[in-house]
Amino acid sequence: MPVGNGHQAALISELVAGFGARPEMLIQILHRVVEQFGFVSEAAIRQLADELNLSRAEVHGVVSYYDDFHTEARGRHSIRICQAEACQAMGSAALTRHAQESLGLALHESSEDISLDPVYCLGNCACSPAIMINGRTYGRVTHERFDELVGAMGGDD
Amino acid sequence: MARTKVFVPRETAAVSVGADDVAIAIARKSKQLGTDIQLVRNGSWGASWLEPLIEVEVDGQRIAYGNVAASDIESLFAADFLGGGEHPRRVGPTQEIPYLIQQERWTFFRCGLIEALSIEDFRATSGFAGLEQALAMGSDAVIEAVLESGLRGRGGAGFPTGIKWRTVADASGTQKYIACNADEGDSGTFSDRILMESDPLSLIEGMAIAGFATGASKGYVYLRSEYPLTHKIFGKAIAVARDAGWLGENIQGSGFDFDIELHIGAGSYVCGEETAMLESLEGKRGIVRYKPPLPALEGLFGKPTVVNNVVTLASVPNILRLGAERYAQMGVGRSLGTLAFQLAGNIKRGGLVEKAFGVTLRELIEDWGGGTASGRPVKAVQVGGPLGAYIPAEQLDTPLDYEKFAEIGAMIGHGGIVVFDDLTNMARLARFAMEFCAIESCGKCTPCRIGSTRGVEVIDRMIKGEERELNYDLLVELCDTMEGASLCAMGGMTPYPVRSVLKYFADDFAPRQGGDA
Repeated sequence: MPVGNGHQAALISELVAGFGARPEMLIQILHRVVEQFGFVSEAAIRQLADELNLSRAEVHGVVSYYDDFHTEARGRHSIRICQAEACQAMGSAALTRHAQESLGLALHESSEDISLDPVYCLGNCACSPAIMINGRTYGRVTHERFDELVGAMGGDD
Repeated sequence: MARTKVFVPRETAAVSVGADDVAIAIARKSKQLGTDIQLVRNGSWGASWLEPLIEVEVDGQRIAYGNVAASDIESLFAADFLGGGEHPRRVGPTQEIPYLIQQERWTFFRCGLIEALSIEDFRATSGFAGLEQALAMGSDAVIEAVLESGLRGRGGAGFPTGIKWRTVADASGTQKYIACNADEGDSGTFSDRILMESDPLSLIEGMAIAGFATGASKGYVYLRSEYPLTHKIFGKAIAVARDAGWLGENIQGSGFDFDIELHIGAGSYVCGEETAMLESLEGKRGIVRYKPPLPALEGLFGKPTVVNNVVTLASVPNILRLGAERYAQMGVGRSLGTLAFQLAGNIKRGGLVEKAFGVTLRELIEDWGGGTASGRPVKAVQVGGPLGAYIPAEQLDTPLDYEKFAEIGAMIGHGGIVVFDDLTNMARLARFAMEFCAIESCGKCTPCRIGSTRGVEVIDRMIKGEERELNYDLLVELCDTMEGASLCAMGGMTPYPVRSVLKYFADDFAPRQGGDA
């Protein structure tokens, strides 16, 4: 889908109106923009600044500050591997290497199909190591289970 | 004949290891057999090591089956699990599981027991009785009771809750706020999540009490985005409470107005720091504020604000319902009441253990946790998240008590306990502490922003064996600077894990071949 088009602009206006055009809802609105479009485009930043009565610098500052927001397209599937201490204690470093090798991606890297990212704690620390695929958390992830889960991601989720 | 109740938790840990698939398999099989069951998606008891832990109600008693996979469902039906039949997965009556019955459940007593979004279940287990009590006794008496209970902030800092509430209540101004910190970012912690997924209405009740006590009509919950299932469940709980007249205007005809807005974070650890959280709630970058002014006087949107952790707020309803003395009778010294400890990392039986303060690390790790998952000796335990010290195995007899922990240069924090076995290289964990600080620093103050990057470099040189003594001294000095001059705990406490590794595991800095942490 082309971005920065009339469809996106209309949808963003609708989102902003849904949150009462309150500037403090910027982060909440950005989550919805990412859900809809996968990333936050320059056009979206301009429009949000305009409609929330913020400066572009303020909106850009928020987008660039938080890990959840990106300004470029990401893979269709998101895989995040926990790198925090509890998962380290249960072999997350080896799992991360396995993921990188089997997917041919480094951390923070995206292909058209998959984005591979680190995450610092999914709150599943009694079932480490933990990963998140497309917003779902999985625990006790062995290398075999990782391969199964990736295999089951499906073509167009 | 009444339909047999089958409980399958809908909670992140359980779902992460297949609870949804188990629920589907049970529904399908019972339909195929024409058995009339009632499938209840309860919360979790917190015995995460047994998840998915499913239960069947037989003659009014709940029989537990642990580590159940969807592939077990055929054989479970064949073994008459609906009648509590024998099966390799059978654990026994839930009320006889030692892990659970040896706890002192005060704040988490409903978790696992009820269906999280059922207001009937909640009311049947004294839900909202604390709020009713609060409305009857008046705001001053509520604050007195919270003071008497000795409750301290469970987010990590341990500040007396009653004093904070009193400050906000006494502050001038008509608009005040309750801001609940559910940005549970510490590795090894998940108690906020379990509570919000398993008994979300208790947090709503606690927040309403805080609002009533301090004169705040609006509450905010700042929940981290890494908890999508919590988002769904808690979001629905707010709607459930509103529909039943426990949120909104004129709550239960009392004349008291209170409502809650849920905000989702966006992947920043430092937003768990209270002032960064307030910035983020205002829709801004999560940059730490200078203190003073205290948030209690100038907090959210510049108004007096109670900033409390999830567990702190959810502990209050029972303090009012059962009495402050009963809460204060538990615990030791100035650490009164209970804390929900969370056993994590390399541990055989990980999960949530709510106990009175004073229990030792060894009791938690050995009696509850059953030792390491790998079966190897414990080398170190990190308590209190990524800013907490690594405690060596020799100090496992330290009782969990805020002051006793401070004496050994450690902190209890939010109660996360992460266990590492003897194969762990601690120098790599010291490096990770600095690296994590570099990644997550908000960037406002120099010691944290720059110091953490320099810390990684110095540790890398030590690991390579370059000028070890010089670099050792440099690292100690860097820790002094970060600890003394950082604006908040992010830079100020990152030295804790680093120093503890220098103190107890200095040998791990020796050059070694590659390998895992």
